[in-house]
Amino acid sequence: MAVLGSFALMLALALSAYTFIAGILALVEGEGSERIGETARRAGIATFGGVLLASVVLVVCAFQNNFSIAYIFHHSNRDLPGPYKFAVLWSGQEGSLLFWSLLLAAYGFVLRLRYKTDPRLFAYASVVLAGVQIFFLLLLNFAANPFGILEGPLRPDGSGLNPLLQYPEMVIHPPMLYLGYVGFTVPFAFALGALIMKYPGEKWIHITRRWTMVTWAFLTCGVFLGAHWAYSVLGWGGYWGWDPVENASLMPWLTGTAFLHSVMMQEKRGMLKMWNMWLVFATFWLAILGTFLTRSGIISSVHAFAQSSIGDWFAWFLCITLAVFLFFFFKNKSHLKSEHKLESLVSRESSFLFNNLLFVLLCFTVLWGTWFPKISELVQGNKVTVGAPFYNRVAIPVALLLLILTALGPLLAWRKTSLESLKRNFMWPMIGAIAVAVFLMITPQRWGSPFGLKPWQDISYFYSLMAIALSVLVTLTVASEFYRGGRVISRHTGQGMFASMVQLTHRNTRRYGGYIVHFGVVVVIIGFAGAAFNVDKEQAMANGDKMNIGPYTLVCRSYTQDDSPNKASEWAILDVYRGDKKIDTMTPVREFYKASQQASTKPDIRSGLNEDLYLVFEGQNEKGEPIIKAHLNALVMWIWMGVWIMLIGTVLALIPNAPAPVRVPAPARLETAPAVTGD
Amino acid sequence: MSRFSFSNWGAPRLADFARRGTARRKHLHIVILCAAVFALVGAGDPATRFNEIGHQMMCICGCNQILLECNHVGCPASDGMRNELQAAVTRGDSDSLVEQSFVQKYGPTVLAAPTAKGFDRVAYIIPFAALFFGFGLMVLVIRAWKNRPAPALADGLHPVHGAELDQFRDQARKETDL
Repeated sequence: MAVLGSFALMLALALSAYTFIAGILALVEGEGSERIGETARRAGIATFGGVLLASVVLVVCAFQNNFSIAYIFHHSNRDLPGPYKFAVLWSGQEGSLLFWSLLLAAYGFVLRLRYKTDPRLFAYASVVLAGVQIFFLLLLNFAANPFGILEGPLRPDGSGLNPLLQYPEMVIHPPMLYLGYVGFTVPFAFALGALIMKYPGEKWIHITRRWTMVTWAFLTCGVFLGAHWAYSVLGWGGYWGWDPVENASLMPWLTGTAFLHSVMMQEKRGMLKMWNMWLVFATFWLAILGTFLTRSGIISSVHAFAQSSIGDWFAWFLCITLAVFLFFFFKNKSHLKSEHKLESLVSRESSFLFNNLLFVLLCFTVLWGTWFPKISELVQGNKVTVGAPFYNRVAIPVALLLLILTALGPLLAWRKTSLESLKRNFMWPMIGAIAVAVFLMITPQRWGSPFGLKPWQDISYFYSLMAIALSVLVTLTVASEFYRGGRVISRHTGQGMFASMVQLTHRNTRRYGGYIVHFGVVVVIIGFAGAAFNVDKEQAMANGDKMNIGPYTLVCRSYTQDDSPNKASEWAILDVYRGDKKIDTMTPVREFYKASQQASTKPDIRSGLNEDLYLVFEGQNEKGEPIIKAHLNALVMWIWMGVWIMLIGTVLALIPNAPAPVRVPAPARLETAPAVTGD
Repeated sequence: MSRFSFSNWGAPRLADFARRGTARRKHLHIVILCAAVFALVGAGDPATRFNEIGHQMMCICGCNQILLECNHVGCPASDGMRNELQAAVTRGDSDSLVEQSFVQKYGPTVLAAPTAKGFDRVAYIIPFAALFFGFGLMVLVIRAWKNRPAPALADGLHPVHGAELDQFRDQARKETDL
């Protein structure tokens, strides 16, 4: 099997090299080289077959417990449940690189099948994708081969999968994240292709828009699944630790989000062409940089894969891609000049400019914080830690500014907005937001979080209040946009308001889908704002012992043990009371995985709309009694709800627009279809 | 009709300024006093201080977690560090003294964020400098784009400006009610 896998990887490398070289030849030769171009396209399609075969072989080896292969030995064992054996593919360094390569080949497969949309542009994009594919296949063949044979005698069992990865979400989180990372190669390939061939017009933007949105949705999903996994498995009570690997996933998300906004400037007004080119490149480059960070060992992280020489490969690849991009950018930048002028500072265009500035600045802040320990070491000879307190001080104010723009942006028209109309549209949402802020401050604290907020007591309370008030402001501006558009349609068609709003959304799915995404974002932000109210408590609990936290009383009913071939477990059984009423029984667990000889905790979480009761089995005291850490985490469920709303909005934005009804224009009257203009 | 004179113009204005200045100073004092009171609310509570300082420090076992959030099973460091912190807070050591003693014992990586001293300050300065630089650049870009000549229109079309443009805007607003 290992030979078959290695052969498939070598074949895939040969095919992608052919795609790259023959593709370049066909593009350089131009007319008369269609046949060689077609062979390049087909070789690109066949590359997917080769990488798929290698991936299938690796998974089959995991299921067959083929411990002669070093990768299987290090990441699997006989008693590992089936789904996790499937997840072995992306659980270690070599396998995850193979998985990355598989996804890249799959994206290339789809792209090369859809080449008829614009054969020449797709041929350029295919060559760029093949270049990236060659890099990953070179790595797999010569630096991180997943089919390497284990030295020494054949072992009866493997070392097992990392216990933290033995969780259902871990079967979904990496594929989603990788679909996002890898997916940004496609818009980059189109952008570079368009730059090299001086592609006329903005068609490449239209072609890549869907790719970018789908990729962005995958990355969003991947990032938040990671956060949910951290929350549900790691047992420290939080979902985001500003670890370099988490930061690595956030950076391309931020630049990708900036691109999704600024791309509209290019579509609508022919502006920001150079900037968009840089954003696409930066997003792709940051995705690779993130991989470099996690695999080179250059920055310490709890998530990092083992240190290895492949960091050098990534460093070279980053340099080469930067050099190639810079070369073509400076060679053809005259092609990227804007055609239009900006008419007013108070316009949608300006808001997009500032929005992009803040997204890029947030990305820079994250990058700066991630690299600062290294910079400090170089300058003053000692490392420093850059953790959550740094990001809270620096990134939160910028994020709040971004939230203000999210509220303002939809109210601004393209070209020019009169201050009077801005005031008229903004007044009621503003009053609503201030009313909510005042309400939160004057309500009693016994109502629970976030009521009774005293922003002067702590800066975190101030930020929370600002975040919630601004979230309300964004929600109200979004709602007012739906309401005003719906009212116009209702007046013209006589439909009810809800039906009118549905029709409005269907007429411009991108615009109103985008608003729903904005609403999802503010729901997530309300969830983040809840972190200011978190409390925790730790206590050893013998049978019958009580612990009070917030409105809850925990009573230890018992503690027990369990044993299975894969792991041994210790459980605490705790009854949860609210007042005198028993509302639940919770069972936090500590597990010991036999193959890997590693222990991990699995918290038990009781989720509610206003707070989560989060219990962790921390260990045992000298008497053998369980030590329980209880967290009361405010508003966490809002984060997961917000992500669902964001994804629904993205899916909606991907649906094609319904055609606007045809109207006979009345004489001397300006007929407008409000819902089909602008984004 | 009163005649203008620097003397009768200046005198009452200066008195006004002086009165306003006193009132403004009073208000400022009240604001500072309130801010100080609010800032100190809960600051002396040992549990709050333990929680605050504990969230500004890292566990040094290699788990990369905040000290009070470390749940690393069998962690060799966090229990001892928490006990030390608890003892320091109970003794009434100031925040900076606690931080200094931890840095001396465990090294600078024990602090969860760079300090506002020496080169570490650069960590905070650069992002905000980038923000101001970015804003400045953006204003320059917007100004340059505003001054750009308008693109030429096709034959037979003429740009709409001023009152005519406002008329069209009003009409669009009425018809769409936006």
